[in-house]
Amino acid sequence: MTTPSRYWREIPQRYRLEANKCSKCGIKFFPPRLICPECKNRELEKTKIAETGKIITYTVIRVPPHQFVDQAPYAVGIVELDDGFKLTAQIVDCDFEDLKIGQKVRIEFRKIFDEGESGILCYGYKFVLDE
Amino acid sequence: MRDVAIIGVGMTKWGELWEKSLRSIFVETALLAFDDAGVDQIDSMYVGSMSSGIFVGQEHIASLLADYLGQVPVPSTRVESACTSGGLALRLGFMEVASGMSDVVLVSGVEKMTDCSGSEATYALGTAADQEYEGYHGITFPGLYALIARAHMEKYGTTREQMAMVAVKNHRNGAKNPLAQFQFEITVDSVLNSVMIADPLRILDCSPISDGAAAAIICPVEMARSMNKPIIKIIGTGHATDRIAISTRKDITWLEATYQAAKQAYAMADKKPEDINIFEVHDCFTIAEICVMEALGIVEKGKGGDAVEQGLTSLEGKIPVNPSGGLKSKGHPVGATGVAQVVEIVKQLRGEAGERQIKDARVAMAQNMGGSGGSTVVHIFERE
Ligand SMILES: [Zn+2]
Repeated sequence: MTTPSRYWREIPQRYRLEANKCSKCGIKFFPPRLICPECKNRELEKTKIAETGKIITYTVIRVPPHQFVDQAPYAVGIVELDDGFKLTAQIVDCDFEDLKIGQKVRIEFRKIFDEGESGILCYGYKFVLDE
Repeated sequence: MRDVAIIGVGMTKWGELWEKSLRSIFVETALLAFDDAGVDQIDSMYVGSMSSGIFVGQEHIASLLADYLGQVPVPSTRVESACTSGGLALRLGFMEVASGMSDVVLVSGVEKMTDCSGSEATYALGTAADQEYEGYHGITFPGLYALIARAHMEKYGTTREQMAMVAVKNHRNGAKNPLAQFQFEITVDSVLNSVMIADPLRILDCSPISDGAAAAIICPVEMARSMNKPIIKIIGTGHATDRIAISTRKDITWLEATYQAAKQAYAMADKKPEDINIFEVHDCFTIAEICVMEALGIVEKGKGGDAVEQGLTSLEGKIPVNPSGGLKSKGHPVGATGVAQVVEIVKQLRGEAGERQIKDARVAMAQNMGGSGGSTVVHIFERE
């Protein structure tokens, strides 16, 4: 169950795609971290991840976890963004037959799932095909 | 460090055990290991369990199980590292005996997965992934391996049929294992026509939801000798982690934690992949067995599918992989899996594996992996 505070504290990343970048080796991290896993440097700059990229792998989920039961089947992919960062999210508004590795996509802000009558609505990023 | 031997193992038949509880499955299994070892008292115990809190709403099972095993007040530690909880329990027990802290230690694993609904079980398994950045987007445990599978097919030309052959081989072995959940053979066609779970993986690519436990008793080699036991030594151990979210790995098709853990175990045991007679590996999905073979150095990168197709990994092959039937056929009560691999290896090295016995096996490896490869434990064993 997502509580409002747990949801709220992820908003900078989920809504605004805030990330950070190692001032030494230049690698980007999303979500932001406190230490660079490559060079252990702790001086990190604020940045954002790119909003367009291409699919490097994908699947169609037919047996979903309970929060996603009303959405199945749905596609999920890993996309390599134009800045080299790789991200996992749903790929929506498409026929599954049109999905292929190398396909260009862009990020859009969407509802991810809701937690029923008394729960909160959970938003974030999804991919759509970018012709 | 003292040399450590396994002097007893225990396992009961795995499956959907409606009539049994978490504690009864565990105690029956541990007592079999006690009997096999000829002990009724231990100095310490480790229990691998991934998610008893979600599966049966029970935490603090280290004490619960020590109590029901009649061993209170011995120290008891529950170990969690997703699906490699059992392998890690063995490693920690090994360290405790090798260090001289304790002499006789029970290492075990248990999971009772059928006391909750299927979607709750799917959710529980999914918690091994990054909940905020993978799970939040609706990805499942099979879904993560499906992402790996499609990337492997694209990069190396691994085929859908080759993945199916992993399941066919493991069912052929499991049909000879009286403790396996599924003791029947399947065909490539039945895999390719089974229900789609997460494209391209179908239900017969996936290990099942299972109830079960496995246990082993370990002690210093010198003590085992004085008890006149066949000596199965633990000669190498390795443990490593990887980035938890698979998207953040440099190569999605490569299991770095498995590579790193194996490197440690090979070095400690002073063995190379070609010295190993039997591999028990973590085939939670068919593609996983292919990627694991590559990361263990059994085959070159990208050649795992070809090796299966050529029959190299069958019981009669040059490098038998998963003679027990693997997770696919034997079952996968997640926390117990890593210890069940050891049960199989001890039986094989003692020559007690019946119809699936591999002739003249002396050295064996167990590779047990957590979630989508975020943690891995590898052990090497040798019969004296
Ligand atoms: Zn850095």
